[in-house]
Amino acid sequence: MNRAAILWRVASILVAAGLIAAWQLAANLRLVSPVFLPGPDRAWAALVRGFSSGDLAGKLIGTLEHMAYGWLAASIAGIALGALIGSSKMMRAYVAPSLEFLRPLPVSAIIPVAIAMLGLTRGMALFVIAFGAIWPIVLATIHGFAAVEPRLYEVARSLQMSRAAIIGKIALPSALPDILAGMRLSLTVALILSVVCEILAGLDGLGQWVLLSARAFRSADLFAGVILLGATGYLTSIAMSLVEQRLLAWQTAAR
Amino acid sequence: MSLDRARPLLLPLALTLAFELWARLTHLQSDSLAPPSAILAALAAALADLSIPIATRDTLFAAFAGLAIGSAIGLSLGIAFGISRPLDRLMEVTVEAIRPIPSIALLPIALIALGFGYRMEIVIVAFACVWPMLILTRSAVRSIEPRLMEMSRALRLSAPQRIAKIVIPAALPRIFVAFRLSAGIALIVAVTVEIAINPIGLGAGIMLAQQALRADLMLAYLLWIGVIGYALNILLIAAQRRLFGRAALAGDNP
Repeated sequence: MNRAAILWRVASILVAAGLIAAWQLAANLRLVSPVFLPGPDRAWAALVRGFSSGDLAGKLIGTLEHMAYGWLAASIAGIALGALIGSSKMMRAYVAPSLEFLRPLPVSAIIPVAIAMLGLTRGMALFVIAFGAIWPIVLATIHGFAAVEPRLYEVARSLQMSRAAIIGKIALPSALPDILAGMRLSLTVALILSVVCEILAGLDGLGQWVLLSARAFRSADLFAGVILLGATGYLTSIAMSLVEQRLLAWQTAAR
Repeated sequence: MSLDRARPLLLPLALTLAFELWARLTHLQSDSLAPPSAILAALAAALADLSIPIATRDTLFAAFAGLAIGSAIGLSLGIAFGISRPLDRLMEVTVEAIRPIPSIALLPIALIALGFGYRMEIVIVAFACVWPMLILTRSAVRSIEPRLMEMSRALRLSAPQRIAKIVIPAALPRIFVAFRLSAGIALIVAVTVEIAINPIGLGAGIMLAQQALRADLMLAYLLWIGVIGYALNILLIAAQRRLFGRAALAGDNP
C-alpha cells in the first residue's frame, strides 16, 4: 500500500467514526426511542457484558458450528455431485436443466418440509443449511467442468488417462476458480439459513439470541447480536478470499 | 429436435411417475410426503379458493416494494460512488462494515420497530437489495468509456444532465443485470422473512400447511413458490434480451 492509499483508508475510517458519533448523538438526544435504538456505547457495553458474564460466546460458537457443518457437508457433496454431472455429457443433458429450475427457488421454502420430516431439531437445521448451500456449489462445479479447455481433454485421451484421473488431474484444478466462487456464495447462504433455523427451532445460536432480545425489548443485547452477525459474515468472507488467493496462486503465476 | 426439447423434462417426469407409483403401492401415510397427484389436487383447490393467489399477491407486493426502494437507494449510491472516486474511497469502510450483515439479522430490529406486517418485510427486502445494486452499478459506471465523460465535460453538461444523458444510458444494460439479481434476492428474502416470523404471504401459508400436517398442501405451496421464482427469472431474462439484445448477457456470469 502506498501513502495515498493509506491516507484514503484513514480518511474513510474517520468518516465511519463520524457516522458512529452521529449515531451516538442521535441516541443521546433521544431522536429515536431508546427502546428501538440504543447508542453505540450501550451496544458495546452489551457486547462486552455478553462475552464476560453472559453466554454470547456460546451462542456465537453455536452459529459458527451450524454454519460450518452444513457448509462443509454441502461443499463435499456439492463438488462430488457437480463432478459426476459435469464430467458426463449425458448427465449434463438430462440432469442439468432440472437443476436450473432449482436455482431461483427460495431455498428457505424447504424449511417447513424439513420440519415435517425431522422436527424442530439440530438435524433439521443442518439438513436445511446443507440443502441450501449445496446448489451454488453444484451449479458452479458443473459450469467449471463444462468450461474446461477441450484440448486438455484431448491430451488426457491420448495419454489414456482413466475417468477418475481426468477428473482429479485436469477437470477439478481447472474448475477450481468456479468451485471456490460457488463456495463463497454458499457461505452467505449458510449464515442466513443458520440464523433462520435458530429463530424457528430455538437452537443455541445468535439467531435465537437476537430473537429473545427483541421479544424482551433488550435492544442493546439485540444490537450486540446483530454486530456479531455482521462480523461473522465479514470475517468468513475475508477468510474465504485468503483461501482463494492461496489456492489460485498457481493460476495467476501461470498466466 | 423434438427429442432435444423433451430431454430436460425426462428426469423430472420419470421421478414424478416413480414417486406416484411408490406412494400408491405403499399406501403412503405421512406428515411430510404426499403423492404428486394429491399435491396437484391441493394446488388446484388452493388456487380455486383464492388462498394461494392472495398469499402470492402479499408476497410479491412486499418483495416488489422492497425491491423498488432498495434498488432506488442502491442505484443512486452506486452512481454517486461510481462518478466520484473520492466519495467512494471515503465511504469504503462504512460500506464494508454494513454490507456483510445478513439481511435476516435485521429481522428482530425491524420487528420491534415496526411490528408484524408489510412494513418490516419491505424494510428487510430493501436492505438486502441495496448492496448488489450499489456494487454492480458502481462498477458499471466506472467502466463507462472515458471519452464519453470527456465529451460531456467539453459540452459543459451540468451534473444532473450528465447523469441523465450519459451515465445512465451507458450503464443501463449492466444496471439491468443488477436489477435482475436483486429481484431474485427480493423474492428469496420476502419468503424467508415470512417463514421465519411474518404471518403474511406464501411463506406463512407454507408454515401453516405444515403445522396443520397437510403434507399435500405444504408441497403444493413449495411447488408454487418454485414456479413463481422460475417465472420471475424467465420474465426478467426475456425483458433483458428484449431491451438490450444478447449483448447484455455477455457480462453476466451464471
